[in-house]
Formats: sequence, structure tokens, C-alpha cells
Amino acid sequence: MRTMEQESGSGRVVLCAEGVWKSYDDGAVTVLKGVDMEVSAGQTVALCGPSGCGKSTLLHLFGGLDEADRGRIVVNGAEVNRHGDLLRLLRREVGFVFQLHNLIPDLTLEENCLIPTVAAGTPRAMARARLGELAERTGLSHRLGHRIQKLSGGERQRTALCRALMNRPRILLADEPTGSLDEQTSEVVLELLLDLAAGEGVTLLMATHDRGLAARCDRMVEMHDGRIHEPAYA
Amino acid sequence: MIFLRLIATNLSRHRIRSLISMAGIAFSVAAMLTVVTVLEGAVGMFSGILSNDSQIIVFERNVSDLFFSSVPEAAAQAIASWPMVEHADPVLFGIVSSAGQPIITCFGVTASDARIAKAAWTAGKRSDFGQHADDVALGQRAAEFMAAKVGDRVPIGHGSFHVIGIVKTTNGFEDGGVFMPLDAAQKFFHKEGASSVITVKLWDKSQAAAFKNMVKAKYPNLIGLEDEEFNHSYSQFRILKATAWAVGACGLLLGGLGVANTMIMSVFTRIREIAILRVNGFSRTQVGGLIFGESALVSLLGAALGLTMGSGFLLVLKETPALHGYIDASLRPAVMLVVIALALMTGIAGALYPAVYAMRIRAVEALRFE
Repeated sequence: MRTMEQESGSGRVVLCAEGVWKSYDDGAVTVLKGVDMEVSAGQTVALCGPSGCGKSTLLHLFGGLDEADRGRIVVNGAEVNRHGDLLRLLRREVGFVFQLHNLIPDLTLEENCLIPTVAAGTPRAMARARLGELAERTGLSHRLGHRIQKLSGGERQRTALCRALMNRPRILLADEPTGSLDEQTSEVVLELLLDLAAGEGVTLLMATHDRGLAARCDRMVEMHDGRIHEPAYA
Repeated sequence: MIFLRLIATNLSRHRIRSLISMAGIAFSVAAMLTVVTVLEGAVGMFSGILSNDSQIIVFERNVSDLFFSSVPEAAAQAIASWPMVEHADPVLFGIVSSAGQPIITCFGVTASDARIAKAAWTAGKRSDFGQHADDVALGQRAAEFMAAKVGDRVPIGHGSFHVIGIVKTTNGFEDGGVFMPLDAAQKFFHKEGASSVITVKLWDKSQAAAFKNMVKAKYPNLIGLEDEEFNHSYSQFRILKATAWAVGACGLLLGGLGVANTMIMSVFTRIREIAILRVNGFSRTQVGGLIFGESALVSLLGAALGLTMGSGFLLVLKETPALHGYIDASLRPAVMLVVIALALMTGIAGALYPAVYAMRIRAVEALRFE
């Protein structure tokens, strides 16, 4: 993994895409077509665009879940590729929140949240203290022992948010985090997401097609047909 | 803890499937334990007969079965006179049948043989043994199933014998057997002037090697083996033990296929869940550990259940009237450990393909197709 020190006009760059291309089905479907983008530390950035424009793919590349065909992805100064320490990236650098909460239904809220700490080998006491802190801030303290099936949609998404922040990542990648929620719950979850991001000093990159929600972020970046159409940093 | 909880949760999610796998392992383990214990017990009993108050057994070289061994009586007399020998007892083995008992082991022995001289006589007098050609002493269990008492005449094979005593021994073959005077047994089995083996006790056990060399030099068609040597080298014992383990291994193989099937289904039905774990930082090794952990748990629980069932089977066999005394149901820790280890290895082998499949799941693909 090659380390890089990059600075943009507004601060240290923590997410950087340079000429990134990505296609599927042996090149039959090209999703990203030379994406250039930078996100500075502590920023909240909304990645807007219609379904299928490549928002999720870009998030997956930043999170090391997928690999670009061409171009470079740099997270916290380290290039993300198959030779890099992808486990460290997922365990320490980034947290994911998905449209569908992606929780394990047969486990309790507490157990779901502890999964990243198990993966990272965090001491149990430390993990529980962190969970207590996050549960308090997300209003889930009274639901810790409940199974996921017993939780409402909003509670599930808040649980997913807690889980994503358990290992204190510096970057949060949220893929349509309110996409499956009603308007009122969306508002609550987004508010919480922005509050937590600010409180934890986390950089937030959020894919959404809801411009109303996007407007609440520091910055809004447009994606269309696999390309960034507005200046990546304004 | 969460790791273990994930393992337990995954198994409890499909309880019936998990239980069936567990039952497969349990039946395999029970079968292996039962067969191995019964055969090992039988081998132990038989070798116990040979090593009764003796250290060395002399028999016909290259014979496949001791029942076919023929040792000249003259050799027994000569060996008994060797200075290093405390006593040498010729023993003739035979199988006879009686009403309702198709197999009774018959021992043709001399009156001075330890089996007679040192046995606990519950009826009759040991001094009467060998006085008449048609006299026999019965093992206690043989007396019970023949409903015979001292003074009775009992039909054995094609003859009729007079019961002069009843002896109690801890060995199933002896307790269910018939003791005949050697010369009567030779006549009965048409082996005049011969015995099956000579059991030998030396004054000093350290002279065993010298004794065996003497046997080899003086009687090239005979071989002398110490009890331990005999137990390891006797082909019938080896065949029996190998058969027992092979039968058990086949059972375990079937059980392992059951585990493999369960684990494959388990992985295929939770590809998405595995992807979630990967996104949350689980390494391929940790994912593999989950799958192996599940199969190991199934195997261990199955093995525990199998050991319980096997112990039950053995007790039932031991208490079955027709098998009284022939079943040694005592479980040997070494056998139990080997059976558990084999069950565990079978489970892990069964999880090999599912684990590799799970480790190769790409999170991004699994999550994309929601």
C-alpha cells in the first residue's frame, strides 16, 4: 500500500478517486467512467444522482469491497487495491451503512453491533463501553437485548449506524441510508447521522437521490452516467 | 463470545437439519464404539485365556488360527522339563455345541493347569478332575444355560459327559465353556497326542528370549511368543481389530457426508450474512473458522450423543442372555478418545468445501443482488 500525503484547499484529503473506471459483465456494462473526486477530512458530502449512475459502486471502491478497473482510489493517504491491507481498511478506517440495514436477524441488537469489534479483536470491555456510548447517543440503550426482528425500521437503521461506528472509523460510507425509511424516520436518522459524524469527527460520504437530504450536507456532488458532473470540490 | 454465539445461532436456525447431522455422527460413533469395544473385548478375553498364569505361548508356526494349531504332546513334556520353565501346560481348544447353545468353547487341559488348579470351584472338587474320561467341569454360565449341576450328565456335541464340578471365572469364554481332561478332549476332537498350544511360565521372565530361541532351535515348526507379542502379531486378532475399525470408519464416512450436506446448505442459505460479516471486517479465516466451528460443534455433540448411545448398546448386549459373559462392555478411554477424534476429523473434513466456498464469497456481489 503506497502512502500519500494530499491536501486540498479546505483540508487534508481523506478520500480520493483519480480517473476511476469500473465495468461489469466483462466490460459490457461500464458504471464508472473516469471519476475524479476528493473529500476532505471532516466533510459531509452527499453523492447525488439517479439509480444506476454509479454511486454505490464508488462507495464500494472507497470501502475496498471492489476494485477499480483503472484509476486510483486513495483512502486516508493509502492506495486501496488488492495488495493493500483491505482488512485494516474495513476494520479501522471506514464504516458502512446500507439502504437495507444488513443486520443479522437472529442476533440481538447488541450482538450485531459487536460484530466489527469481534472482527477487529477489540477487548470485550472496551467494545461494550463503546456500544453503551453509541447506544446512548442513538437512543437504543433500552433495546440492546432485543432481536433485530423486534425492532422498527428506524431502530434497525440506527443499529446499523451504531455498528458502523463501533471501531471508531474516520470515514463513514452511507449508501442511501434513509432509502427504506418513511419521511419522518428518514429525518430522524439523517439528523442522527450528521450529529454523530460531527460529534465523532467522521468524514461522511453519503449516496442519495433525495436532494432535500443532500442539501443538509456540507457539499453535494452530482453523478450522472458514471461521471462526476459538478466540481468535486467547490 | 459473539463468535460462539454466531456458531450456535447458525445451528439453531435450522434445528432439524443440525439434529439430523448430529444423529448421523452419533449413530456412526455408537456403531464404531460398539463394534470396536465388543471385538477388542473378545480379543482381550481370548488373550486372557492364553496368558492365564503364563508368560509365553508356544504354537504351530505359520498357522492362521490357533484352533488349527497342532503341538505334539511330546514337545509339551520336553519343554516342561527345561530348567528355565516353571510349568508348561498343553491346552487343546475346540468348539462344541449343545442343545440351545450352538457354540461352546471347549478347553482340553491337564488337572495341574492353572485354569483348573487355581479356579474358584463353586461346586464339586478339583481333585475329581481328570479321574474319568467322560468327566467335565463347566464354567458357571455354561452350567446355567445347560441347567446342569454336579452329578448330571450333559449332552455336548456327539457325546454325553458327567459333570464333576462348576468353576467361576471372570473370563466370558471360560465361564461359558467346558473343561475336559486333555486326553478326553484329544479323543473327542480327534487330535490324539496333540494340543493346540502350550502355555509356559518361566522361573525368570528375563529368560524369555533364550526360551524362544530354544523353541526355534529344537522345534522349527513351532514358535514361542510372549503374550504381548502374540496379541500384536496374531493374524486373527489383527483381522478382527482392523475389521472393527473399518466398519466404524465406514459409518463415520456416512456421518461425515451428512455433515458436509448440512454445512453446504448452511453456507448457501446465508451468503448475504457472510457478506455482512466480511463488510464488517471479518477475514476469510474468521469466516472459515465459523463454518469449521459449526461442523466441529455438530461433530462433538454427535460424538457425545454417540458415546452415550454406544454405552447403552453395550449394556444391552452385555445383558442379553445369549451373550452373557462374552461381552466386555467396559469402555476404554483410548478407544473413546480415538472415536471422538475421528468424529471431529470427519466433521472438519465435511466442512472443507463449504468453508472454502464461504471464504471465497465476495461481499460486494452478495450485497449487490439483494
